[in-house]
Amino acid sequence: MNTMILDAGNAAPAATGQVEQDTVETNIKVSETVGQPLCKDAKLSMRNVNVFYGETQAIHDVSLDIGRNEVVAMIGPSGCGKSTFLRCINRMNDTIESCRVEGDLTLDGEPIYGPKVDVVPLRARVGMVFQKPNPFPKTIYENVAYGPKIHGIASRRAELDEIVENSLRRAGLWDEVKDRLDKPGTGLSGGQQQRLCIARAIAVSPEVILMDEPCSALDPIATARIEELIDELRKNYTIAIVTHSMQQAARVSQRTAYFHLGHLVEVNDTETVFTNPQHELTEAYITGRFG
Amino acid sequence: MQTPTLFALLLLLVLVAYGTGFSRALAAARSRGGMRNLAALPTYYGTHTALWCGLPALILLGAWLAFDDPIIRSLVMGAIEDKPDTIAGRDLLYSQIQNLAAGNLFGEPSAQVKAAAERLTSLQAAASTLQTIIVLVLSLGLGAFTLLRFSPEVRAREKVEKVLRGVLVTCASAAILTTVGILLSVLFESLRFFQSVPVTEFLFGLHWSPQMALRADQVGSSGAFGAVPLFTGTLMVSAIAMFVAVPVGLMSAIYLAEYASNRVRSLAKPVIEILAGVPTVVYGFFAALTVAPFVREVATSIGLQASSESALAAGLVMGVMIIPFVSSLSDDVINAVPQSLRDGALGLGSTHSETVRKVVIPAALPGIVGGVLLAVSRAIGETMIVVMAAGLAANLTANPLESVTTVTVQIVTLLVGDQEFDSPKTLAAFALGLMLFLSTLVLNFIALHVVKKYREQYD
Repeated sequence: MNTMILDAGNAAPAATGQVEQDTVETNIKVSETVGQPLCKDAKLSMRNVNVFYGETQAIHDVSLDIGRNEVVAMIGPSGCGKSTFLRCINRMNDTIESCRVEGDLTLDGEPIYGPKVDVVPLRARVGMVFQKPNPFPKTIYENVAYGPKIHGIASRRAELDEIVENSLRRAGLWDEVKDRLDKPGTGLSGGQQQRLCIARAIAVSPEVILMDEPCSALDPIATARIEELIDELRKNYTIAIVTHSMQQAARVSQRTAYFHLGHLVEVNDTETVFTNPQHELTEAYITGRFG
Repeated sequence: MQTPTLFALLLLLVLVAYGTGFSRALAAARSRGGMRNLAALPTYYGTHTALWCGLPALILLGAWLAFDDPIIRSLVMGAIEDKPDTIAGRDLLYSQIQNLAAGNLFGEPSAQVKAAAERLTSLQAAASTLQTIIVLVLSLGLGAFTLLRFSPEVRAREKVEKVLRGVLVTCASAAILTTVGILLSVLFESLRFFQSVPVTEFLFGLHWSPQMALRADQVGSSGAFGAVPLFTGTLMVSAIAMFVAVPVGLMSAIYLAEYASNRVRSLAKPVIEILAGVPTVVYGFFAALTVAPFVREVATSIGLQASSESALAAGLVMGVMIIPFVSSLSDDVINAVPQSLRDGALGLGSTHSETVRKVVIPAALPGIVGGVLLAVSRAIGETMIVVMAAGLAANLTANPLESVTTVTVQIVTLLVGDQEFDSPKTLAAFALGLMLFLSTLVLNFIALHVVKKYREQYD
């Protein structure tokens, strides 16, 4: 499936002498990016995304697909726009007044932006885990039950209990907190808090989970647990993860996207990116010459 | 020398001392090859000299001014042979002597008074000369001593900073000591009051009528000091005020913090805070002249009895007065809720209002409660509005359309005009003041505690 795109992409540079690709299906230009930004059975597809903060452009013409049950890692130096791009997917950028997003973004072929789109169900389908663990100042139980409650997923207490237990189990936190579900979530350790936030996101049964540097505030052991968890979650969810740790990207993802100054420079199989990068900027970054 | 002149001279000496210390340090720096070889900057040497020159002399001058009058008086009075027996009589005699010494003649003074007045004049002159000499000698002596001891090794900065720290501590304790002083004076006067009126009667009595008979033949004014009607009146007016202020203030805070655009917020917030700057007396006549008649008209038109001064009118206006207090504090607290919590809630698919209701407000609640408690203590202590709009009659009632009176209003009425300071009527004001002081103190204590606890959660 990807070969088709790749072939088309390789044909273009041959003709123009530039790194440029055309998609087969939609015939939309994918500027600059080398590798395989697109895939056939895409859960999420983003085309020609531009993001502006007031006058400043933060994302330049980025096109990227994220396939079903795939983990895509986004790496790049600080300020390269990877978090901004991630926040476009569940429209978290709406909360920033000066932010403007252009381009075609679709989830299962349905548009994410547009006057008719209700952002609330969208965010229920696309969950998010943030850089800093941000449990609500409520009990552990209430933290996980929050989402199901506001979306009316569980009608009876027993159902809610089951959702909470399942979510905590999947987040690998159940055994640690099952005896103190009525204690405040803010009293947990950093790693536990982050897993609580993951459980909270899972509880609304989203289809996609966005993770914005989920381990940057955690120690190596807590990080390892979350990485295992991401691998586990891949069976049921589509995951996009922003990370500063290249080892983490290598461990958890199937494809890796390298961002540089708001441009998507290269997207390839994770193994390819880390062993045989096609773009010189990618190579410079992963070999540690900057970043 | 007159004290102001002496003071000016002292100031001049201090300036000279500063300049001398400063230039000595500069000269020492030059001869040693640079400022780095001094233990402190020249300004510190200047200040060090100036402090030694001025501060002890100033303290002595203050002590002198505080104690010389009583000492002179005891010397003068001690020389008089046949003194009056009463304190009042002796006071009268001494003021007669003082008047004569100052040149104010009232009638023909006795020989004894004349002699005492002469003695007073001479003592005062001697004291003034002595004061001038001692202060100047102390100032010059210590200043010169400091200059003599000058060396580049003197750690002038540390010494100056030690003195400055002392000054800061003094200033900080001034407020605390004043509060303690007020509390003690109110406490002792209250104890005097409770000697004539039992505490139980004051706290649990249902009848308040503080008029006392001044002469034995007056009838019907034996005085009753049951403060319960005042407490209920205060509670009712404050409750009405909070009923207005809390919802309106809280909702305006939520609007400003969560929904308003930056432009609206930058306009609306100062405007709301202007409400806090309106003098309470203006609110008072607004309540008495506009709101109270309006309340009565509305009540009569729906067939209710209402007096022209009512708890409702005072409470409503007081509520409006407190709105900016509640909204400003709540706004700060809501803004302090971390954005990450809002992001977390929005990221789970909450609507904006769900985020506010279920995450932001619960997170900010302790701080909001603290702000509301502070507002309650303001409402309880508020005087002007209730004096003008709530009335003076101490009715024990639960009907907000009747006129009630509050603790603060009664304190005002008890102390306005000529008073005997040993009658229970006047002393009752202190007992009421003590109650007020204690209740607002407890409320403030709880409020600050709650606010502090909230801060710890996010810092």
